[in-house]
Amino acid sequence: MKILVAMSGGVDSSAAALILREQGHEVVGVTMRLWGGESDTGCCSVSDVDDARRVAQQVGIDHLVFNFSDDFDRHVVEPYVASHVQGTTPNPCIECNRHLKFDRLIERGRELGFDAVATGHHARIVTRDGRPRLARGEDSQKDQSYVVHMLSGADLDYVLFPVGDMNKSEVREQAGRAGLRTATKPDSQDVCFIGSTIGRAGFLEPRLTFNPADVVDSTGAKVGEVPAVELVTLGQRRGLGLGGGDKRYVVAVDVPSRRVTVGDEAQLFVDHTVVANVAWPHADDEAFVLSSEVLVQGSAHGERSAARVERDGNRYRVVWSRPTRRIAPGQTVVFYDDTDTFVLGGAIVTE
Amino acid sequence: MTTVQNSASGYVYLDHAATSPLRPEARAAMEPFGDVTFANPSGSHKFAREARRAIDEARDVVAAAIGCRPGEIVFTSGGTEGANAAVLGAVRRHGGRAVCPATEHHAVLHCVEHVGGVVVPVAQHGSVDPGVLRSVLESTDDVAVVSVMAVNNETGAITDMEKVSHAVRGRAGNAILHTDAVQAACWLDLRTLWPHVDVLTLSAHKFGGPKGVGVMVVREGVVLEPLMLGGGQERDRRSGTHNVAGIVGTAEALRVTDETRNEEVERVRALRDSLVTRLTADIPCAVPTLAAGEGSAGTAHVCLDGLESESLLYLLDTAGVCVSAASACASGAMEPSHVLAAMNLPKSRINGSLRFSLGHTTTAHDIDVAVDATVAAAARLLAVKS
Repeated sequence: MKILVAMSGGVDSSAAALILREQGHEVVGVTMRLWGGESDTGCCSVSDVDDARRVAQQVGIDHLVFNFSDDFDRHVVEPYVASHVQGTTPNPCIECNRHLKFDRLIERGRELGFDAVATGHHARIVTRDGRPRLARGEDSQKDQSYVVHMLSGADLDYVLFPVGDMNKSEVREQAGRAGLRTATKPDSQDVCFIGSTIGRAGFLEPRLTFNPADVVDSTGAKVGEVPAVELVTLGQRRGLGLGGGDKRYVVAVDVPSRRVTVGDEAQLFVDHTVVANVAWPHADDEAFVLSSEVLVQGSAHGERSAARVERDGNRYRVVWSRPTRRIAPGQTVVFYDDTDTFVLGGAIVTE
Repeated sequence: MTTVQNSASGYVYLDHAATSPLRPEARAAMEPFGDVTFANPSGSHKFAREARRAIDEARDVVAAAIGCRPGEIVFTSGGTEGANAAVLGAVRRHGGRAVCPATEHHAVLHCVEHVGGVVVPVAQHGSVDPGVLRSVLESTDDVAVVSVMAVNNETGAITDMEKVSHAVRGRAGNAILHTDAVQAACWLDLRTLWPHVDVLTLSAHKFGGPKGVGVMVVREGVVLEPLMLGGGQERDRRSGTHNVAGIVGTAEALRVTDETRNEEVERVRALRDSLVTRLTADIPCAVPTLAAGEGSAGTAHVCLDGLESESLLYLLDTAGVCVSAASACASGAMEPSHVLAAMNLPKSRINGSLRFSLGHTTTAHDIDVAVDATVAAAARLLAVKS
């Protein structure tokens, strides 16, 4: 097969390229240039491109760089900023996977005549009932099925995850065996376009207007102040100017009226969560999910909670089997089957 | 016709504006300087004198091709150093502002921006309008240096240097006029440029010389603050041990370029015109960037409106055709062209730009292969889109 492998300059995609090459495929590596601004953390810094190119040379494949920075701005950075303006908590990595790593790259791969696009994600694509199904990666510590849940059946037919059935230690071993310079490179942790020295607030400050807000308790009495309501997240405990005393958590963020409400932990638990922008891998997955109990994961590597999903027009309610800690609006929930293995869909929390 | 490694391997190389293959005459001239005449020309012994003589002879050859005095030649490390030395050297020495058109190569543009200079908009055809330059100079006090390229590296647009010179002399009489003539050496008689400017810079590898050597011509009496301080080589204008072999190769390449220029311009222009005519006839969305017959003979710049250069370049590469689009950034990604943006081209055209640049190795067969490959690539991408 002729395969386009996305190489971020990290060890997982390095190993993916190596494995596909050793399997005898015709492989071309590509690094996507996504963020044009300054950052020292991300997967698109010049030194990461250098690493990807050097690994491609060592593996014996061609290496290209695609400049998708306009699409990245439009689909990831601008919505990330807009989301903060609304006081929600976005997951830019998921939007990048949705719009760049998959949509844009798959489109590019198809137009250039590739048979498949591969990435270094820790997830597996298995055949179930005669069609492709996304499943958790072999390494449960590194599983990334949550962040690639949006892949449709057609996408899954075109995508490969060569390291999805490996443990991270095996991935590093493979890269080390081949002498790849990325073998011991640390995993990336942070949002790629936000430099570690400026942080989220420093990134957002020139891009939106921060508004101070009162922090009130459930009776409406003012108990503190925050300098930027846009930076407050549901469930947050620190940085609220509350001083000592009982543990109090943010239980509501009201940006238009510049008010943050705090309460005790019990107030964070809810019996249902409203979601929208649902992505179903296959069209009939919806009917299945609406008729069965599923396991729902509300953050990367987060816990799973049993729930039923109900539909109300374009909105869906995730009804928890037992009260569950609230998930901030803007975050993503992913539905897994009752064995906690296969992805059945995903959605974005609205309230 | 010279043989180039890439032609032998079946590749068609149409990226001469990025770099042109080393001319065999230059390679032969450089050969003795690897081990036989290896000495540092700044020494006083026999070996040093031999190396010194080679540089002095090279300087005479280069001066003859430019129509300047040998003493006005400064050998540098390349076009970028020349541009930096001219722009920064003028500002550091004399104070005042730097001015350049928006379509300059980054080697000039980034220097001008670095010293807070003035960037002049260009006309739609891609070179600066002398009238616009004149009015900018009128409203800018204390101009130290004006830098205007002779031939644009992306589009091939040619500047009327005589008119630019009149504009500068009339409005900023004390300003140093520098021309980046890196893309001009193959296609314009440098003797026709030099009378109009104070500083002229070249890059050897663009005319079949080696990489890592440049020529800066500084008119007698014009003083620039040197970038490189040290041993005082090049009459204190550029310190650093001479790259003897490179300088010898540069002189030989420029000599051959100059001697063959008239016939090469005619030959290559015909190939270029044929390329543009066939591309625009066979690809519905292909738009030539310059009017027919305009621009330097070696450049065919075409935008495939609505398609993406990155995809086109990949498909052309797999078909064995080496061309380029705009300049690449540090990561190797294609950056949207600042030149085409300055010319106010719509984004859909800028994103689909292709530069075919021809040179001393280009044959009619190369053009045939390039046309077929580009037509096929465009057809493929258009078919996938629809």
